[in-house]
Amino acid sequence: MIGSLLRGSLIAVVLYVVAISLPVLSEGGLSGWWQAANEVRLLKWAYWIAIVIAVAMAASWVFRELLRRTMPEFIAKPMRQAPLTAAFGIMIILAYIVVAVGAPVIAPFGEAEIFEKINVLPGGDAELGGDPDHFLGTDQIGRDITSRLIYGARNTVGIAFLTTVLSFILGVTLGFLAATLGGWIDQLFSRSIDVLMAIPQLIFALLLMTIASEWSYRSGISLTWFMIFIIAVLDSTRVFRLARAVGLNIVVMDYIEAAKVRGETLIHIVFREILPNAVAPLLAEFGLRFCFVFLTIASLSFLGIGIQPPLADWGTMVRDLSQFINFAAYDPLTAALPLMAAGAIALLTVAVNFVVDWMLQNTSGLKE
Amino acid sequence: MRSVSAIILQRLGLGALTLVVVSLVIFCAVEMLPGDFAEAILGQGATPESVAAIREQLGLDKPVVQRYFSWLTSALQGDFGVSFARLNFATNFGTSTNTHQITVADQLAPRFMNTLFLAAVAACIAVPVSLAIGILAALYRNSIFDRVANVFTLTSISSPEFFVAYILILFLAVLNPLLPSLSNIYETMDFAERLKATLLPALVLTLVVTAHMMRMTRAAIINLLASPYIEMARLKGLSPLRVILFHALPNALAPIINVIALNLAYLVTGVVIVEVVFVYPGVGQLFVDSVKIRDMPLVQACCLIFAAAYVLLNLLADIMSIISNPRLRHPK
Amino acid sequence: MSKPLVKIRNLHIEGRADEEWLPIINGVDLDLYPGRVLGLIGESGAGKSTLGLAAMGFTRDGCRISSGTVEFGGVNLLTLTRGQRRSLLGKRIAYVAQSAAASFNPAHKILSQHTEAPVYHGVMTKAESEADGMELYRRLRLPDPDQIGFRYPHQVSGGQLQRAMTAMAMSCRPDLIIFDEPTTALDVTTQIEVLASIRDIVEQFGTAAIYITHDLAVVAQMADDIKVLLRGDEVEQADTRTMLSHPTEDYTKSLWAVRSFERTEKAPAPADETPVIRVDNITAAYGKSADVLHQVSFNIHRGRTVAVVGESGSGKSTVARSIMGLLPPKKGRILSNGQALPASYKQRSKEQLRQVQMIYQMADTALNPRVRIKDIIGRPVEFYMGLKGAEKERRVEQLLEQIELDPAQYMQRRPPELSGGQKQRIGIARALAAEPEFIICDEVTSALDQLVAEGILRLLARLQDELGLAFMFITHDLATVRAIADEVVVMKEGVVVEAGPKGEMFTPPHHPYTDLLLSSVPEMDPDWLTRVLADRGVDNIGDAAMARMDNR
Repeated sequence: MIGSLLRGSLIAVVLYVVAISLPVLSEGGLSGWWQAANEVRLLKWAYWIAIVIAVAMAASWVFRELLRRTMPEFIAKPMRQAPLTAAFGIMIILAYIVVAVGAPVIAPFGEAEIFEKINVLPGGDAELGGDPDHFLGTDQIGRDITSRLIYGARNTVGIAFLTTVLSFILGVTLGFLAATLGGWIDQLFSRSIDVLMAIPQLIFALLLMTIASEWSYRSGISLTWFMIFIIAVLDSTRVFRLARAVGLNIVVMDYIEAAKVRGETLIHIVFREILPNAVAPLLAEFGLRFCFVFLTIASLSFLGIGIQPPLADWGTMVRDLSQFINFAAYDPLTAALPLMAAGAIALLTVAVNFVVDWMLQNTSGLKE
Repeated sequence: MRSVSAIILQRLGLGALTLVVVSLVIFCAVEMLPGDFAEAILGQGATPESVAAIREQLGLDKPVVQRYFSWLTSALQGDFGVSFARLNFATNFGTSTNTHQITVADQLAPRFMNTLFLAAVAACIAVPVSLAIGILAALYRNSIFDRVANVFTLTSISSPEFFVAYILILFLAVLNPLLPSLSNIYETMDFAERLKATLLPALVLTLVVTAHMMRMTRAAIINLLASPYIEMARLKGLSPLRVILFHALPNALAPIINVIALNLAYLVTGVVIVEVVFVYPGVGQLFVDSVKIRDMPLVQACCLIFAAAYVLLNLLADIMSIISNPRLRHPK
Repeated sequence: MSKPLVKIRNLHIEGRADEEWLPIINGVDLDLYPGRVLGLIGESGAGKSTLGLAAMGFTRDGCRISSGTVEFGGVNLLTLTRGQRRSLLGKRIAYVAQSAAASFNPAHKILSQHTEAPVYHGVMTKAESEADGMELYRRLRLPDPDQIGFRYPHQVSGGQLQRAMTAMAMSCRPDLIIFDEPTTALDVTTQIEVLASIRDIVEQFGTAAIYITHDLAVVAQMADDIKVLLRGDEVEQADTRTMLSHPTEDYTKSLWAVRSFERTEKAPAPADETPVIRVDNITAAYGKSADVLHQVSFNIHRGRTVAVVGESGSGKSTVARSIMGLLPPKKGRILSNGQALPASYKQRSKEQLRQVQMIYQMADTALNPRVRIKDIIGRPVEFYMGLKGAEKERRVEQLLEQIELDPAQYMQRRPPELSGGQKQRIGIARALAAEPEFIICDEVTSALDQLVAEGILRLLARLQDELGLAFMFITHDLATVRAIADEVVVMKEGVVVEAGPKGEMFTPPHHPYTDLLLSSVPEMDPDWLTRVLADRGVDNIGDAAMARMDNR
């Protein structure tokens, strides 16, 4: 029966998709669609995608085995139960950390170093307008794209990390205070946060960035700093909600009551009784918030109002290089440039999400 | 327990209050601009006379509270004031006779319709598809289908909207010119043309929203199917179809409606980036442009529209879930 | 004898945990003859519910039947197609779940859920089934039987809902009903009402039943035969009277013996002795809502145990919170050795706080899961006694020995690594660490299996004798009261209904509520329910009796 339900709904979905795409297809008719599909060489793409997935799976498997066998017990033990996706996530995160920390060593040039040749094409073939020194070419003012991609790890990830840490310090402090003190302090904090959360985050960020850009213009402080502060404050609202909820769940526990009637101080209760129990959910949330902050900052930079030059940053690079995508048919490597920057963003968030997903499943004990 | 209508009235009141507070926050944020509003408009070319003229024209010489209320009341009537960019132009070049001023509302109206159209197309695809996938993933949890859907949606949630957008452009517009990579929308287009121009940005939005919506639907349904009354219904020997239609569905409505409304609210933010990528002439793009040139009345208006849509959708979700809760509908 | 209705042979059931299958039922056999009631008893994890559901050919998600046969009316349920099995479920085999509130669909009226199975299986028309439902409600002595079916589940009380579910199970006149702990979540005065009506209706229709419970006294009333399970294995089976009077296996004997633990009551303290704790006329309320305690007074003397007894909502836990200073009373005071304690714990001195300790119901939430045992017990040692380093460690070891746990083994562990009973012992050690005169025990045994609970009670009794502690025992379980109390305080709706020495309290006559409460507690005697119904009358138990009392 459930089988027929499955089939029925699949058919319904397919029919629905076809129905809504009909007006578009009507121009070329079905044959036009078929022709188009052939031109894409769908099979070729499927083949490459399958290879990429297979390589990623193999690499994560090797990585997991490596951790299981060589690492001390406290790392090896959780890795024995870790799914492949989590191993993949950890591997990618480690790789990003290495690149971010070692950027000055790895990158061939400085991030703001300007060369004479501008708009050098990637590929390194001098006859086709490339330059062996700049494998991925240079941008419109002559900066080495390879170096900027590598420095992007340091700047984009570093700034997002800093912002998330700020947002956590703010959100967790206020959230725990609200949970333990309760009463009017809790009401005041919670209602103010409600108002801040009633405006969509990206929209609010854009509004505040407009005002900040005016301040930045007058004060000479880089807009990047304003952005870090604004995003941290806006994002701390969600951290506050979670920290408060986690705190409330712990505060009602009898062991907190026992500590209270033992005569313990507020400091002992918060740091010795509540905090050790809040670490696991907060850590998972840190991963999620980091992804969100990272994406918000990348989006702002993409819109041209985030991380400011001369800092190399992936979001800005995507915007600057985006028109190259139209050359895909003639020069795939050039077209891939904006996708590399965007993909670098996506890959890290995917990795963090995979790890967080695994952590959440572990802590909640949902192993069904 | 109070009656449903009382609770709904209370929620409506709260929603209205939230909107007022939100408008206050937006207004105050703009008040935080350094220096004078009028100087900001005129920028480098400010002379004391022109500054004074603008101040008077915009009513900046009046107290803050009065300005807030006049701004709010005219905004409620659809009058968001005059766009700075135009005003600036007019003032500097001496044709300040008010005849050629373009109001914010004039700029917003057509773009607002375009954005609504884009969001509607995205919602029409995303809602049924993600509900279907979500429900199937819940019914067949831990199957291959469920795991693939999980990895796929996690990836989709994690990717920035512009990454998804460029990937789709690469495959559907550049490598295979099926759809236009830029959305040229003009007044005289017929529906099919318009749909075709909108489809690519709508697909991007769909992909992102579907992932969220599918995951939430799956969680809601799994939660529901674990409840003892579903087990009871199965132990009565009812067919799975009857269990789902008669026992699960009436209780699933509230969470599902909630999921839909929350994700439509999410569309509000997603639309900004997507419109910029595709140069789609909607409110989002106008918003970003006005942010860049610091056109404050326009920024305020766009912000207010987005926030209002967001608040109203959340309010709708709240009210729908109250209405569909049998415990509230049939008080003791 | 006729052929068995249910015949289970060598049944194995496994459950999934962390990618592997662990056995839940290991080769159990079961025979149930038409019209007989079989009681399945065992502690938590014995597999009784799993076995009960398996008798319907059903397993929960994450479980599977790995081998064996389940025959119903001569047909192996496990080899039927799903459709064939469905045609039996609801129609010939029905199920009554533990929580009626969760098992009724909140979206539909009670009667429309009642008529669903008979109409679906084609046994009756909707109109017939509705009329029949009202008739069943009448027989189950539900109030307002013609109207109650038109209400939604959340509009009806727990005890009534449980009877409505029994009616629903009866709707197709099945041959077999599985009752899965149907009264566990109910208060005793409600329980007796539900038990009486279930027993009546099963008898009236001659239905066979499997009655699952962990409560021996309940199963003694309901079942013709009893099967005892332990961790998925059958221990023994016999008819109820034989089983109660002559159990053969050691495990069964130990289960039975729990009920017989009873400490002799100590002589009352001399009238001129100052009580360790005196609750003096307190009235209390949460926030601005109505009072939940009304002028409550009682004394607790050195070396004595006072049991505070009452059903949910009687205010017995609120008294404890007032004594602890967590809920300062609006009126009245708490005196410790004749000295008034400040109302709020915040104003009490360290010495005053040390004097009053508490042991909680749920050891899971009472011990911080992230703190090691040595620190959980060590903290009060350090905090109150000022002991540090090796001295502190020695004291913690001593305390662990006092609660009969090996220090070397447990010092470094954390609460999640311990069993329920061990956790409760750590809770006791933490209270002892403060070297108090007085300890509040809040339902300390109600979350534990009976054998474990008995161990805790014996430990507490021993500690009391050794250390001269005064206990206030909050409980709803009269067996516990009988086991450990010296004096009893009966509470109802925030008022002390009656108080006195244990011996007097268990001999009538008394205040009508005390009578009702005491007479509602099931006893191991299989004739108990029959006798109580004969003594009190079927209309003088449960809600009906309560209503009568309020009218008077």
